[in-house]
Amino acid sequence: MDWHILVQQLVNGLTLGSIYGLIAIGYTMVYGIIGMINFAHGDVYMLSAYVTAICLATLFSFGVNSLPFALLATLVMTMVITATYGWTIERIAYRPLRGSTRLAPLISAIGVSLVLQNGVQLSQGAKTQGVPSLIPTTLRFGEGDNFVQITLVQVMIILVSLSSMAALTWLIQRTSLGRQCRATQQDRRMAAILGINTDRIISTVFVIGAAMAAIAGVLVTLNYGSFDFYIGFVTGIKAFTAAVLGGIGSLPGAMLGGLILGLSEALFSGMVNTDYKDVFAFSLLVLVLIFRPTGLLGKPEVEKV
Amino acid sequence: MDHPSFPRCLLAMALAGGLGLSGLAGAADTIKIGVAGPMTGGNAAFGEQFWSGATRAAEEINAAGGVNGQTIELVKGDDACEPKQAVAVANRLLDQDKVAAVIGHFCSSSTIPASEVYADAGVLVITPGSTNPKVTERGLPTVFRMCGRDDQQGPMAADFIIHKLKAKKIAVVHDKDTYGQGIADAMRARLKELKADKKEVLYEGLTRGEKDFNPLVTKIKGTGADVVYFGGLYNEAGPLLRQLRDQGVKATFVSGDGSLDPAIVTAAGGPKFVEGSYMTSVREARNIPAAKKVVEKFKAAGADPAGYTLYAYASLQSIAEAMKGTQSTDGKKLADWLKSHAVATVLGPKSWDAKGDLKESGFSIYIWGADGNYKEMAQK
Repeated sequence: MDWHILVQQLVNGLTLGSIYGLIAIGYTMVYGIIGMINFAHGDVYMLSAYVTAICLATLFSFGVNSLPFALLATLVMTMVITATYGWTIERIAYRPLRGSTRLAPLISAIGVSLVLQNGVQLSQGAKTQGVPSLIPTTLRFGEGDNFVQITLVQVMIILVSLSSMAALTWLIQRTSLGRQCRATQQDRRMAAILGINTDRIISTVFVIGAAMAAIAGVLVTLNYGSFDFYIGFVTGIKAFTAAVLGGIGSLPGAMLGGLILGLSEALFSGMVNTDYKDVFAFSLLVLVLIFRPTGLLGKPEVEKV
Repeated sequence: MDHPSFPRCLLAMALAGGLGLSGLAGAADTIKIGVAGPMTGGNAAFGEQFWSGATRAAEEINAAGGVNGQTIELVKGDDACEPKQAVAVANRLLDQDKVAAVIGHFCSSSTIPASEVYADAGVLVITPGSTNPKVTERGLPTVFRMCGRDDQQGPMAADFIIHKLKAKKIAVVHDKDTYGQGIADAMRARLKELKADKKEVLYEGLTRGEKDFNPLVTKIKGTGADVVYFGGLYNEAGPLLRQLRDQGVKATFVSGDGSLDPAIVTAAGGPKFVEGSYMTSVREARNIPAAKKVVEKFKAAGADPAGYTLYAYASLQSIAEAMKGTQSTDGKKLADWLKSHAVATVLGPKSWDAKGDLKESGFSIYIWGADGNYKEMAQK
């Protein structure tokens, strides 16, 4: 294999992995704080793709000509709207079940996932929707047909994911909000006794997770240009896998898991066979879990007495 | 924990009530006909076409006096293109809704298991869109189709690729589903017959539901293929095509009927990505002279009978004609009647062979233009 093909596959894998990582952050944060797998998270991401397209269309129809402004406004609007959805879902579907068994919110999450999928299908139609390519800038390295290319959007995806991950890690490790999150995670009842409004902290985590999914939704919509009400399913499962691979509950773990998953998919697909790329990725997951049951960067759960 | 809560009781009562009602609903003045396909899930657009075509046909038939003094009532069955769900839907249509015949399903992987359920019960089923050969190759007497077969469509593409496009290197991609891989394999079988199988440089399957095929595209680029053949649906064909063009692959894109849908333009992100691609498909129903009046009626109601809409319409017409011809709803009698009579449908006269395949299948090759529309190429 030529070097430029190998490098191109690395670029492909990094982009894919960054997207998985961004969405995995939502899974990992929610799991970290209340030990629940939010199966609706993939569909929140799907929703943000629709919000992105609607925002863009609205802005352009109002005669906004500046592309950077339109993109920035769309990003902010999508984050706000999607975060509102995240907050509402937690309020309606998860908070009332907080005192019940561990499985109840899980089933509730699957329900929310179905409601979002079918709701979007009924209101927006089953057809694939799309936006035209807005940022066609492409960087090519190499000569003739032997070039490696990376689009501006791909560069944005990689940079935005890494910086979001860094910002959130800082938020959790260094700020007062982060301390409250960690306290809630360690012992919710004790944290509440010490005056932390744990319900508000949990809501905040859902809002942050949904906002991350919104960033992913905007970037993915710009990159692939098309989406349908079903995209949350496959991507959600992959992102969840990434979160488990990296160690669920750990933010750098989510990003690491995403990158490993994306790179292994791309490289296996490129060098061996596309048919079995998922088999390979999931075998990798099983192997990692055999030797590190809590994932690559996860901490073992301490049994509380 | 031992006492069912009040909402749970309510739910149980509602369920019981629902069952009771549907048991009573089987009144004698209607004939129930099932319309089964992907009404939800990633292929719901095709299910919508089925339902739109069948409802319009039922309205027309009922307005003209119904069938044997009874009116047709359609029952929706959603399989989401999931084989397991298709079997459950088939059982529900038969046991609970007591349908007399079924139009469906869409994905061959669903039609194949579900049709066994219908055949066991001796109920007539016509699929408007399942082109996999196996659908009618299992000796099930009450299974019919309104479309051609992949072992006619795939080879047509192979002839086109070799004789017209004069391909030197062919990359074959499929979506690992019964339909997609089936048509790709039928294409490859013909390549072998043409002694052109050495021209195949890649044969791989992608995963349905994904949007990122860049690793595969980079690989195709590395093979230097001048033709890419894709067996699958537009949901994947669109992004695949766009990513091919984005990475500078100029190979001609050839695919089958699953990709021939206006939605591929949106899925790809614009007409410029789709332009110049070729796709084989059943003859465009909207261009068939016999369909002109019905198409106008659809348009007057603000609907476009795209894709399989008119195939579902014709399926219901055939079922109704057979019921009139036999004065019966018995699947066996209906099947025998259809195999020995021609039916005047919206797609023109149709007749079936002993397997339940159409005697004339009629595939065409379409080319996508710069305006995001496709054109039927002239018949040979």
